[in-house]
Amino acid sequence: MNSLNFHTIPWSARIGMVMIVIMVFLGIAGPWIAPYTNAELVGDVWEPMFGNFLLGTDNLGRDMLSRLLYGARITLFIAFVATLISFTMGAVLGFFAAVQKGWLDQVLSRGNDTLMALPTLIFALVVLSVLPANLFTLIMVMAVLDSTRVYRIGRAIAVDIEALDFIEMARLRGEKKSWIILHEILPNALTPLIAEFGLRFSFAILFLSSLSFLGLGVQPPAADWGALVKENKDGIAFGISASLVPATAIAILTISVNLVADWLLSKTSDLKGGEG
Amino acid sequence: MNIATLIAQRVALGILSLFLVSILIFVGTEILPGDVATAILGRSATPDAVANIRRDLGLDDPAIFRYFHWLASFVQGDLGVSLSNGQDIAQSVGRRLQNTLFLAGTAAIASIPLAVFLGMVAVHYKDGFVDKFISMTTLAAISLPEFFVGYMLILFFSMTLGWFDPIVSLNDSMSFLERLYAIILPVMTLTLVVLAHMMRMTRAAILNVMTSSYIETAELKGLSGGVVIFLHAFPNAISPIINVVVLNMAYLVVGVVVVEVIFVYPGMGQFMVDHVAKRDVPVVQACGLIFGGIYIFFNLTADIISIISNPRLRHPR
Amino acid sequence: MTNFDSELLRKISMDPKVNRREFLRTTIAAGLTMSAATSLWSGSVAASTPQRGGTLVQAMEGSSATSSLDPITYTNTYDANMGYQYAQRLLGNDPATGDYTFELATAIDSTDGGTTWVLKLREGVTFHNGKTMTSADVVYSLNRHRGEDSKSGAAGSLTAITEIKASGKYEITIVLDSVNADLPFIITDYHLLIQPEGSTDDGMGTGGYVMKEYRPGEVTLFERNPNYWGDGCYFEAVENLAINDATARTTSLMTGKSHLITRVDPKTAGLMKKNPKIEVENTSGRAHYVFLMQTQMAPFDNYDLRMAMKLAIDREEIVKTVLRGYGSVGNDIPINAAYPYFDSGIEQRKYDPEEAAFHYKKSGHSGNVEFHVSNAAFSGAEDAAVLYQQQAARAGITIDVKREPADGYWDNVWMKKPFCASYWSGRPTQDQMYSVAYKGDAAWNDTQFQNDKFDSLLLSARGELDGAKRKAIYSEMGMILRDQGGLICPMFNDFIDARASNLAGYIRDPLGAVSNGFAPMRCWFEA
Repeated sequence: MNSLNFHTIPWSARIGMVMIVIMVFLGIAGPWIAPYTNAELVGDVWEPMFGNFLLGTDNLGRDMLSRLLYGARITLFIAFVATLISFTMGAVLGFFAAVQKGWLDQVLSRGNDTLMALPTLIFALVVLSVLPANLFTLIMVMAVLDSTRVYRIGRAIAVDIEALDFIEMARLRGEKKSWIILHEILPNALTPLIAEFGLRFSFAILFLSSLSFLGLGVQPPAADWGALVKENKDGIAFGISASLVPATAIAILTISVNLVADWLLSKTSDLKGGEG
Repeated sequence: MNIATLIAQRVALGILSLFLVSILIFVGTEILPGDVATAILGRSATPDAVANIRRDLGLDDPAIFRYFHWLASFVQGDLGVSLSNGQDIAQSVGRRLQNTLFLAGTAAIASIPLAVFLGMVAVHYKDGFVDKFISMTTLAAISLPEFFVGYMLILFFSMTLGWFDPIVSLNDSMSFLERLYAIILPVMTLTLVVLAHMMRMTRAAILNVMTSSYIETAELKGLSGGVVIFLHAFPNAISPIINVVVLNMAYLVVGVVVVEVIFVYPGMGQFMVDHVAKRDVPVVQACGLIFGGIYIFFNLTADIISIISNPRLRHPR
Repeated sequence: MTNFDSELLRKISMDPKVNRREFLRTTIAAGLTMSAATSLWSGSVAASTPQRGGTLVQAMEGSSATSSLDPITYTNTYDANMGYQYAQRLLGNDPATGDYTFELATAIDSTDGGTTWVLKLREGVTFHNGKTMTSADVVYSLNRHRGEDSKSGAAGSLTAITEIKASGKYEITIVLDSVNADLPFIITDYHLLIQPEGSTDDGMGTGGYVMKEYRPGEVTLFERNPNYWGDGCYFEAVENLAINDATARTTSLMTGKSHLITRVDPKTAGLMKKNPKIEVENTSGRAHYVFLMQTQMAPFDNYDLRMAMKLAIDREEIVKTVLRGYGSVGNDIPINAAYPYFDSGIEQRKYDPEEAAFHYKKSGHSGNVEFHVSNAAFSGAEDAAVLYQQQAARAGITIDVKREPADGYWDNVWMKKPFCASYWSGRPTQDQMYSVAYKGDAAWNDTQFQNDKFDSLLLSARGELDGAKRKAIYSEMGMILRDQGGLICPMFNDFIDARASNLAGYIRDPLGAVSNGFAPMRCWFEA
């Protein structure tokens, strides 16, 4: 497992990587390569693709390609940061609870259950309509809500691993809990966690679009890809393809992320097989 | 400590959680800014009318008093009446809850066996074409915003083919089959939304135990791949699978506001959102507690199954 | 009816001096036959003879799970429509002339020039529970909306009433605190439904349909009232569906699950027209979308900044893009040609970035101007805000568009933030429109407009019986508001409904969507 083995990477993961690199590049360079700004009206409403504009125009007559390029940055940024925060919080607390056991595990788990028992979307709706509407609030709300799910899965995995013999051996050796988490649990829990990261990242994008659907999310005229789908949804019943463009972009991104995650998954489980 | 004690302990913890949820909901609705009076009147709120409504609702009693009063009534099944339209909460929530459970239950019955089956098939053909195909198609389905999936299904199945109705209208005179027929499109949407997550977790969890020594033993004994997966690997991978299934079950009950909007489905989600918007506190509290109770129930079920399925947890030190 | 005809009709009927007789004389002189002129007047298109039968399904926006049957709580199209089906008012509105018509009253007269009003009630009308309607029911029903304790949406417009009393079994008397020639219009308010004494939220009334079931936020079911005293009401049953998602309303109509829908998105109206089974009905009326600057709140307590904001908006482009032509440009007053006594001579304010920049500089304001919007204010508000942002940028003004959640918008933003978007559906008369939102002490003065001259003119117009003088007063008030006020009125929006082609008898009613809620009474299915 080193850089020389590029040829052993399956084609699916290679495609995924290439697509992610392209998306990230578009996210960074989008505003410079976009033919128009994301707010100016350039044509009629819902002009078809491949006409005056490569990807057509949106519900106000703005250039869809430009909106998509501007949207790439905000979509990737929000989804990635929110997922990263939720994983850091959720997994660390989950492992900690599993190893520590006792009252701390109880407090964390009951607190987590309490938070999880609230309906997510409605909770987000209430919190986002109460707190000031900015990017930070949005990301934190998404991250906190998501981290409860990660905590639960992280803890379940860690409890399973914790019950295995080699953890007991480590304990008998007198290793510290932080050492056990880092050296024994983390490597063994990576397999399902990485699979989860890919899905959670996709869910973050979709959750963002659900928020947009309910009138929350990022501030106009900026729009994440989910919001672009929502803005153009009224055309779907009439066969207008405008909402198909951002929907396809979301699909390509999430599938690419999961292709890479799948490959990492198979790679790490090989590793684990060697150890176990 | 035997299993019964352990389970009893879990149940006790579940009740504790429910209690914590009730406090969280009560405090949450207390600090919710905005006033039920102005929210009820909306644009029609003159200061006089607002003052009158506030007085009528007795919003000036101390919070702690109202919390215990509320909890006591709730336990006795008395949910009170809605502030916004005076309807009996138990009755209106009851109908909506029934609808929600019907939709969630049908979607669960359609999606859970399908997800687990597809997950096992994917393991059986690991890295082959079938595995990749299942991965790709389920992924594609959840890669799209759920409202987009819903509208596409409407475009295809009701606008173009004319097979199913784009909106759900349920009434009391419908037979069970008619009801099932009416909710086909939302069930399809929800199935597509939850399928991939459960299927992938099933696949990952089974793969995880497939490397264990006892699986190798089983394989050495000459058992066929399918039998090994179903009889040996699956039971040992059940804990994470149950966890993810429970998450998705809970989602099907409490998280389907968007699907309800699209298909005009009279469920709990939209019901609660409407009442949050109007700051109709008694209804929001009742819905919150019911959602919380349902979630905790699922959670408890998952815990108990985990306990039963994990021999080591049965005998903790 | 061609567009030209309806335009002509509207122009003539808007002339305050024209009553029904004069209208007929004018149109007949213009070459129309008597019967043609009569049918123009009634607004109905005699395409087919009415037929009994069928179940009408209407899909409307506005109802939620929190809605109530009590008329006091009504706030939207769904509620008003539902109310008109099971109950009636004393006086109604004529869709073509804007004049009042008789529903449960048969005559209204003032004995002293506009302070005391006597109404004769229709005799022999029964409620759905079999009880005969008398003055006691009427007094009870009206009084519920009055007084300090009232929670009614109509309470504000009834403050001038000092007493409502029964002056006979079939006669009531209304006393005002001062002269108001518009009282008949005030009691056409959609909240003022006549119910039996003691009724609140039981859906009881005298209407053409009997309420069978009410499920808030879902559906309301009606059956024809066999004992109905009036005309129309051709359907055996009516279902009002509550559908708040525009796409779902559209698909329900296109798949035949409903026959009449409200609030069609202007963008999809054109696409819908291509479907031969669907007719789009757009009605220009008094409804308008507004951007509100609070004139007593920084930074909009500055005249030049307000003027700059008014000049920095391209109304034409917004009407074209957001309304797709289904509406007309506004002129920073809440009044248009649909109102009696409208002065068409008031100059149209135009987009002028240079002049706007001049005023902006003069105002001394620096930094961004925060503009709070939500599509809860009106559908397309966020789009309009983004367009406005672009237009103002050309005048060197930076608008910071703040999208607010729809939840709690009326609570936390409207009348709270210095600059936000909102809507008004209009009122039958200029007096009511100005009294409800622009008079200094109006409860809904959502621009905090304070102008003594304006207020005294408003009071003097109420007692002015000479039409020409009244028009001059309203014109002067319009000019004051247009230049001094905090109101930016970019557009008057059409009501856009869509119906199944076989639904006949639909009348475009400028007072409200879905034929002002009267489709169940006016329409029928063609064979």
